[in-house]
Amino acid sequence: MDFITNTLAVFPALLFAVPVVVQLALGAMALALVLGLLIALARISNIKILRGIATFYLEVIRGTPLLVQLVYIFFVLPSIGVSIEPVPAGILGLGLNYAAYLSEVFRSAILSVEHGQTEAALSLGYTPTKTLWKVVIPQSFVVSMGPIGNYFIAMVKDTALTSVIAVTEILKTANILNSQTFQTTAIYTAAAILYLIISLPLSRIVVVLERKARANG
Amino acid sequence: MADDTIIEVRDVHKTFVSETKRTLWSRLTGRPHVEKRVEVLKGVDLVVHRGETIAILGSSGSGKSTLLRCINKLETIEAGRIYVNGHLIGYEERDGGLIAEKASITAQKRTDIGFVFQHFNLFLNKTALGNVMAPLRDVKKLSASEARNIAVPNLEMVGLGDKMENYPSKLSGGQKQRVAIARALAMEPSVMLFDEPTSALDPELVGEVLSVIKKIAQQGTTMVIVTHEMQFAREIADRIVVMDQGIIVEEGPPSQIFTAPQHPKTRALLSRSGILPA
Ligand SMILES: Nc1ncnc2c1ncn2[C@@H]1O[C@H](COP(=O)(O)OP(=O)(O)OP(=O)(O)O)[C@@H](O)[C@H]1O
Ligand SMILES: [Mg+2]
Repeated sequence: MDFITNTLAVFPALLFAVPVVVQLALGAMALALVLGLLIALARISNIKILRGIATFYLEVIRGTPLLVQLVYIFFVLPSIGVSIEPVPAGILGLGLNYAAYLSEVFRSAILSVEHGQTEAALSLGYTPTKTLWKVVIPQSFVVSMGPIGNYFIAMVKDTALTSVIAVTEILKTANILNSQTFQTTAIYTAAAILYLIISLPLSRIVVVLERKARANG
Repeated sequence: MADDTIIEVRDVHKTFVSETKRTLWSRLTGRPHVEKRVEVLKGVDLVVHRGETIAILGSSGSGKSTLLRCINKLETIEAGRIYVNGHLIGYEERDGGLIAEKASITAQKRTDIGFVFQHFNLFLNKTALGNVMAPLRDVKKLSASEARNIAVPNLEMVGLGDKMENYPSKLSGGQKQRVAIARALAMEPSVMLFDEPTSALDPELVGEVLSVIKKIAQQGTTMVIVTHEMQFAREIADRIVVMDQGIIVEEGPPSQIFTAPQHPKTRALLSRSGILPA
């Protein structure tokens, strides 16, 4: 009984960290979507240099841990004169990292759009560029909705990593509470449950979005 | 060139080259391991006049689709010339040869050529109305209300006034093809090209599409139709063109082609379709 009461007692304190998590997740997702689409376009472009740069970026991001990337941005960049506040640094790190993974989603979604759609657009007088933006990319969004949603949920959970770069998100808040009260079990159980409370509804939304997308496809 | 010439195809050659780079050596040298060349069009000449309805017949693989696709530059050509309304499509003439023109110029010229595909190729994320409005808005830059004022009568003309809000997934094959026809027509092209518009349809849906095409022909639209529907071709076409192995072997009015075919390939084609006794 004590355990449950203690756990419940921690929640209000942890809830103060939720706006930070929302800020991190939305900011980083916006960055990742835009950058991810640009990387995907670079990867399928005819220009060799663009393809090379995009592929290099992808390999660097996927070949190093997100935790290391965050630490690098926050602790190493200041040594070359670029100091970034914790929350913007977290948004930047998460965004740059997820952009790489989302670019793969976009790329395969773009390539999965039937060639007949492109031919129809061209035959109606769309230029190749207009075909890409007006016909292919909008349809690829429908296909990528589910994977994007899943990456978003993963990102929400990965915000916990920003605790190491001084972002006062849920885990960092729990750490602080723990150092003050030593109710380790109650505090971290509450933190885990809070992540669940956030991510479970998100998973439901993703499932519904996917089903909707498939119905119209 | 006579004034009423809409399409002029002159000595067009087209070869498909497929390469496979399978060995390490061919990848290192950049030379293909296997290079397969198929000459699909071997010198095709064809003139289409304003208001004419042309039906192209021919056995499978004879190059009918390829010819049609070359006319609006969905395929490249190696030699020859194709003019639509007096303009080369996809190319500029330079020192007696052809060089590729800017994609935006080709796009502009394509607005004058309607194309109807065997598999409809409707935009899957748009309703029937959305499909017809899309090119009016995106290509012709019309306002939503202007586009709608053009799209609605076109959909009504193909008999889909009550299906305008349906997505392609909620339309039958015949309905999808009629939307595709309305979409092409709404751009007011000076010629419509049909590539086997009924071949992907269940037999009971063929009729509704053919009657729409017939209606358009009667309105005086210039059309080139690739089809296996012999009876339909006979009824609707001003001129029948028969292709075999990349060339046009025979052309003439249906009355002549169907009753007194000159070329053995035409006779073979017609007897296979049960029009002529074997
Ligand atoms: N993209 C391509 N790459 C290689 N070969 C091709 C390609 N498209 C068509 N071909 C070949 O070109 C030849 C002519 O094809 P085409 O589609 O023009 O014939 P068709 O007369 O339309 O036949 P069908 O009645 O079956 O539609 C065929 O042998 C085909 O295999
Ligand atoms: Mg064909």
